[in-house]
Amino acid sequence: MSDLLRLATAGSVDDGKSTLVGRLLYDTKSVLADQIDAVTRASVDKGLATPDLSLLVDGLRAEREQGITIDVAYRYFATPARSFVLADTPGHVQYTRNTVSGASTAQLVILLVDARKGVIEQTRRHAAVLALLGVPKLVLAVNKIDLVGQDEPTDEARTSAQAAVFTAISAEFNTLTTALGWTAEDVLEIPVSALHGDNVASRSTNTPYYDGPSLIEHLESVPVDADNTGAHSIGLRFPVQYVIRPRTAEYPDYRGYAGQIAAGSVSPGDEVVVLPSGIRTTVARIDTPDGELAVAQPGRSVTLILTDEVDISRGDVIASVADAPEPIDTFDATVCWLGDKPLRAGARLLLKHGTRTTQAIVGTLVERFDEQRLAAEPSPESLALNDIGLISIRVAEPIAADDYRVNRHTGSFLLIDPAGGNTLGAGLVGDVLSAVEVGAGV
Amino acid sequence: MTGTISERSLGISEFDTLAALESESIHVFREVAGEFERPVILFSGGKDSTVLLHLALKAFWPAPLPFALLHVDTGHNLPEVLEFRDRIVEKYGLRLHVAKVEDYLADGRLTERPDGIRNPLQTVPLLDAITENRFDAVFGGGRRDEERSRAKERIFSLRNAFGQWDPKRQRPELWNLYNGRHAPGEHVRVFPLSNWTELDIWRYIAREDFDLASIYYTHERPVYQRDGMWMTPGVWGGPRDGEVLETRSVRYRTVGDGSSTGAILSDAGDNEAILAEVAASRLTERGATRGDDRVSEAAMEDRKREGYF
Repeated sequence: MSDLLRLATAGSVDDGKSTLVGRLLYDTKSVLADQIDAVTRASVDKGLATPDLSLLVDGLRAEREQGITIDVAYRYFATPARSFVLADTPGHVQYTRNTVSGASTAQLVILLVDARKGVIEQTRRHAAVLALLGVPKLVLAVNKIDLVGQDEPTDEARTSAQAAVFTAISAEFNTLTTALGWTAEDVLEIPVSALHGDNVASRSTNTPYYDGPSLIEHLESVPVDADNTGAHSIGLRFPVQYVIRPRTAEYPDYRGYAGQIAAGSVSPGDEVVVLPSGIRTTVARIDTPDGELAVAQPGRSVTLILTDEVDISRGDVIASVADAPEPIDTFDATVCWLGDKPLRAGARLLLKHGTRTTQAIVGTLVERFDEQRLAAEPSPESLALNDIGLISIRVAEPIAADDYRVNRHTGSFLLIDPAGGNTLGAGLVGDVLSAVEVGAGV
Repeated sequence: MTGTISERSLGISEFDTLAALESESIHVFREVAGEFERPVILFSGGKDSTVLLHLALKAFWPAPLPFALLHVDTGHNLPEVLEFRDRIVEKYGLRLHVAKVEDYLADGRLTERPDGIRNPLQTVPLLDAITENRFDAVFGGGRRDEERSRAKERIFSLRNAFGQWDPKRQRPELWNLYNGRHAPGEHVRVFPLSNWTELDIWRYIAREDFDLASIYYTHERPVYQRDGMWMTPGVWGGPRDGEVLETRSVRYRTVGDGSSTGAILSDAGDNEAILAEVAASRLTERGATRGDDRVSEAAMEDRKREGYF
């Protein structure tokens, strides 16, 4: 089992996300004494009766003033079983693009809903974005469950009211996630109270209708592929970042190709092809400052020495001969539009794929995905901020890409504003949402 | 992820969390080398910038480092730190730029603060050095686990022509694709250590076994207590009435302006001992020893908005 889990949180405004994250940090004893003192002081200043754990994570002045999360905050905590890198993402619709950032590397996402509101529009939007990005595991934290049934006359009546609410929300969420392509094993619903800690670190006696693990127990034990990018299932993909040529007295003729292995593995003697040129050569050596490697795996930064002197520069991809992708200059891609101004057909943009940035022209807008009805709207006029759609793209220089569903690293790209330089879109090669049960009627 | 048998047989440690962090940081250095014209590494002589430099050297090995270093000098240094800085520069044949707060105080472009703390005064000399040298990418050793506003920082963080950080206008940062586009006059702050924790840093220093400035290791030093911190006398002043100078075994957890950075009592004399001490600590390194971060709820955010590291 992996010792590191990358996760993200997502939810709507006021679902209590930052409080839940604060609770996770607090209950795993990841908060040190001076940080607790600072939070306690600030809570007293605000006239609060109990320490506001969300102050542990809402780091910006505007966030604390408004009591909302604006930008992704990265948090690091650990239990004896695992280390966690957590991206706490904002809930406000306006900041959905920040949620996309936080979730793009996540192996698991905790989606929050307020038990009194259930699955709402923003929950559906987030679930669609997470399906698009291919997040393998989901947890639905049904938060503020303790606030359900408060008017009931007895404890029994309150508990059964909470049970009914939890069952109904879970059922609705399951219908949604099944339509979006997750299986039942990939999804878990947990009733929690982030404020009081019910079912966060340990199982609560206040929720007799729930017999599953606490949130932390689940995070510690959920099986995840250490590399959920598909990187182990295909041959070598090595985007060249930089050519290392020391030209020093000690290394007068050294020429190495530096990069991080995006997929597959590599060993000396492997036959490789340089893309897009198609030139074939052989790996002579895998260099690192700590010595040569006999084999290198995805994620490792190395320097490749080749047997032949070939023309290779930044932006090229060195791939295994066996399954090298055909470089493409026109292709369909699914995009999540992150720009304030809408995307229209004919737009001229920059496209960054791996280590190559090239000019791109958007051909047609094929369809817009309606994440509320899980339906496709053909030939939309434009894609607005936070819209997901299928488009066709033409690029000036061919790229060596894989379908996103085959490999995240070689199947993803950015769309960049050539004038202002801002990142306008997250692109995924292929029709990534084609598996969604369109019109599933949820 | 675990390393393969054949990787281990060559004496290479398995691909664990530290190795993954190292590879991620090296990837960031190479992206910047590939896309920017004039990058520079901020180097304070502290442990984070020493780790940063170590990773940068590894990223381009066996070629020389393709970047210069920039030290923003508060003038409130412990001599051991400057000695360490110069030794490192000499050892690796590096180019060093120094921007001095004292030059600005001397000609009146800056004035000393009433509390005598000079960390906040580094911003203007830093921005001027960036402009004068036309640096377009500036590497910093900031980590997201250090402080709440740093936790919001991107790995590539765009600064406008005034050097300002606007947290509401940060670019989405997806997968491991970094967008370094910027207009002339703007620059990008780059944080290769973003995902490292303090413990990771110490584990890495112990594993790679390189030297830090000597103040990180236990030594005898005349110190006095102020606000719960152990301070060293220097050009910034010494004990006030009622504060007693005494010789204690101390070490520093961070390098900073001597007027506001304190030492801790410690007998930890090597990397392993420090690792054990840090793992058991119940105080963050900034909370324990950095007076400048205690000023207000948003002290770091305000300085970052102005263009601080």
